[in-house]
Amino acid sequence: MPKDNGIGASPKRREDVRFLTGAGNYTDDINVHGQAHVHFLRADVAHATINSIDTSAAEAMPGVVKIFTGADFAEVGGIPCGWGVTDRHGNPQQEPRHPIIADGTIRHVGEIVAAVVADTPEQARDAAEAIELDLGDKPAVVDMAAALGEGSTKVHEDLTSNLCYDWVFGNDDDAAVQAAFDSAAHVTTLELVNNRLVANPMEPRVAIGEYSRGTDEYTLHTTSQNPHVIRLLMCAFVLGLPEHKVRVVAPDVGGGFGSKIFHYAEEAFCTHAAKACGRAVKWTSTRSEAFISDAHGRDHVTKIELALDADNNFTALRTNTLANMGAYLSTFSTSVPSYLHGTLMAGNYKTPVIQVNVKTVFTNTVPVDAYRGAGRPEATFQLERVIDKAARELGADPIALRRQNFISEFPYETPVALTYDTGDYVATMDKLEAVADVAGFAARRAASEAKGRLRGFGVNCYIEACGIAPSNIVGMLGARAGLYDAATVRVNATGTISVFVGAHSHGQGHETSFPQVVADMIGIDESMVDIVHGDTGRVPFGMGTYGSRSIAVCGSAMVRATEKIIAKAKKIAAHLMEASDADIELKDGQFTVAGTDKSVAWGDVTLTAYVPHNYPLEELEPGLEETAFYDPANFTYPSGAYACEVEVDPDTGKVSIERFSAADDFGNIINPMIVDGQVHGGLGQGIGQALLENAAYDADGQLLSASFMDYAMPRADDVPFYQVDHSCQTPCTHNPLGVKGCGEAGAIGSPPAVVNAVIDALQSGGKDVTHIDMPLSPARVWAAMNG
Amino acid sequence: MAKVSMTVNGKAASGEAEGRMLLSSFLREELGLTGTHVGCDTSQCGACVVHVDGKAVKACTMLAMEAEGSEVSTIEGQANADGSLNVIQQAFQDHHGLQCGFCTPGMVMSAAALLKDNPKPSEAEIRHYLEGNLCRCTGYHNIVKAIMAASGQDVSSIAAE
Repeated sequence: MPKDNGIGASPKRREDVRFLTGAGNYTDDINVHGQAHVHFLRADVAHATINSIDTSAAEAMPGVVKIFTGADFAEVGGIPCGWGVTDRHGNPQQEPRHPIIADGTIRHVGEIVAAVVADTPEQARDAAEAIELDLGDKPAVVDMAAALGEGSTKVHEDLTSNLCYDWVFGNDDDAAVQAAFDSAAHVTTLELVNNRLVANPMEPRVAIGEYSRGTDEYTLHTTSQNPHVIRLLMCAFVLGLPEHKVRVVAPDVGGGFGSKIFHYAEEAFCTHAAKACGRAVKWTSTRSEAFISDAHGRDHVTKIELALDADNNFTALRTNTLANMGAYLSTFSTSVPSYLHGTLMAGNYKTPVIQVNVKTVFTNTVPVDAYRGAGRPEATFQLERVIDKAARELGADPIALRRQNFISEFPYETPVALTYDTGDYVATMDKLEAVADVAGFAARRAASEAKGRLRGFGVNCYIEACGIAPSNIVGMLGARAGLYDAATVRVNATGTISVFVGAHSHGQGHETSFPQVVADMIGIDESMVDIVHGDTGRVPFGMGTYGSRSIAVCGSAMVRATEKIIAKAKKIAAHLMEASDADIELKDGQFTVAGTDKSVAWGDVTLTAYVPHNYPLEELEPGLEETAFYDPANFTYPSGAYACEVEVDPDTGKVSIERFSAADDFGNIINPMIVDGQVHGGLGQGIGQALLENAAYDADGQLLSASFMDYAMPRADDVPFYQVDHSCQTPCTHNPLGVKGCGEAGAIGSPPAVVNAVIDALQSGGKDVTHIDMPLSPARVWAAMNG
Repeated sequence: MAKVSMTVNGKAASGEAEGRMLLSSFLREELGLTGTHVGCDTSQCGACVVHVDGKAVKACTMLAMEAEGSEVSTIEGQANADGSLNVIQQAFQDHHGLQCGFCTPGMVMSAAALLKDNPKPSEAEIRHYLEGNLCRCTGYHNIVKAIMAASGQDVSSIAAE
């Protein structure tokens, strides 16, 4: 029987009622009395020198309050990069200044050149059109290989080249790695592109800065996944403000997928401008602005080689990647192709020798940073594609080849620095074969062929590393932040509870799932527990939500704080019942003395904590409020196996997804309904990457797919109902809930399955096609078939 | 600026609008009905779908002045008279048809328009009808399922909760 309460139950989401009735409180829904509006004049060329900016005509336009240019921010810090990667020679990454407003040079289309603050958004926009720019065009650097070539134009004149870093991970002995390849019975090589994507949460970014002269305090409302991170970066590195004078609020946020992790120029601008203008300053991004100002994702060009022995055992893996950084280093940009990518290259397999080389490159494009999966989809895609190609070259069954090479003993230390604590890759593959009805594929293929379609089956496995941690290790690897999280459990006198959490919910349903945990631990109804998130003025310093970390890291902090609450409540109960606190048991919200019929209710104890008349004041403080910071001992390692079935129309090259099956191991699960929803959403994005989405630049650095008319977002009729299963559960061994995280799995595990399926379909039709780069648009598939 | 009057969710409503003001902006800024969301500037995303004189309309494709004298209904007017969720809203909650909630008002308004014309749509008809409504969170699975359920169809054989 499914549970109807507590951990493992699927109560309906409490946040839904406000979202379904138009009562949500998204940032753009907020208007501050007297606010002005900013319009950013953004560069429409990719690379240019700003010879002069004439704002005089614009300043005379109706409603204009103030116009800012780069000169106004010359004394302000640049946007910092949160991870310093050390290259293969021991040198730090090249790290250019990242100004709030372009400081003499434009480096990507969309970069802010000037900002007009006016009474209304329309006045600000009109005035921005009156600003006169005198630009000196420079050649745009777009292609990564060309950017690294001799004599390339430099994106940053003050750097030595367009190379950010040249990083090697795993086995750094080139000769030893080459020897492993020289002794292989078979080597499969694949060159591929991991296509550049735009996260496109449905809510565009918004920022509202406020300043109070009376208290010298600032408030920034912003569409962020991690308000404390924004406050720290903005205060300490950009604006030089004391943190205790700045409150950052991220209310209802309409999706993030990574793109709302980062500290953006517009946030610092609105905060700064609120004081400079003497009134609140609001910015609401248009979708067109979002395409050229939100950090993009992926954009890797990779060559991967897999060595196998005569028995088809994987013996070595070598991968060389060019990863695009764009024009500036966004907040976590440098960690994505390095430590969030290289560490994943073992995947689910016991490959003894692995070498990862990544060169990150500056180009005149929008900065690139984490997007759902962040490095892990890039690792999984190349690994699972090269394995599939190897299986075809060897005439091996793709599933059998994977099974043969699975890691089967845990804990397992990979050659790329991770130690997997648990997993059962055979079990998830067994489950996948059942869910995907592998046995029935031949009949389905025959049916497709009978109607003139090619049908293909593709499979892949994935491993994810979630809840990036622990802080002391990632600090050694270059992280410039801690990676703990925090929760404060505040019990009220009447027994209701507010849990103040550092995680941020922007679709993940924390308002429903987090109370399930606390209520379950105490044995009270979930309706007695609320969480509070998204406001640095209310919650303890937490790192927010990204990297599938919320339940594994912040959830663990919440458990630790609740454990402290229970321990103290037991002491109070022991006093009330004149017993030893060691004998007190808590079940279903009742404290009992073991072996007796004495009991007191949760509400009696909480009331006593706040009305301490009968209370051991000499031993125990009144009140019932506890905070815990939790720094995980390790990452968590969700894993799974996915299968895709496609039909390809040989006349048009159009691919349709006929079935998609997912078997995931997320460890223990708090709310199965929400977990399924997270997987569905990830699959939608992964299928989007595989078939539809592409952020395409032309040679001049213009983003060609810069609106929903040109960038193909997945729509309802591009995807099927998904078959998802999470019944394989090997609990995480090092966090108190045994949870692993589920937010990114779908996006990590689906693109290779789709491409593998299309290749299978084309080969079944006699086409000698071994690879097509994503997105597998009809034009690309048709060209490959007829090439 | 000119005064624009219409009936919104059954009540007379009026406000000031520049000639270029879109209906979506009028609803949000003049009337404070912020449930109608704006997710793009090319009329692709559908987060702003409302009903004008009984027809589903993207409120960003219409000037406020064009709605003069019209009957407009928005997400704020969809709940039952006692404040409880209507059948479609309830189905979205029951079947986890929303995550971040930003596309949700447009999805609900589109679903209502679909079911009015086609009370028992097939899966394929629902997916086709939602061409103009983008969601980035759900992969559409539970949205389609919720609309099927709202139309009284058995969804128990569709995978997952």
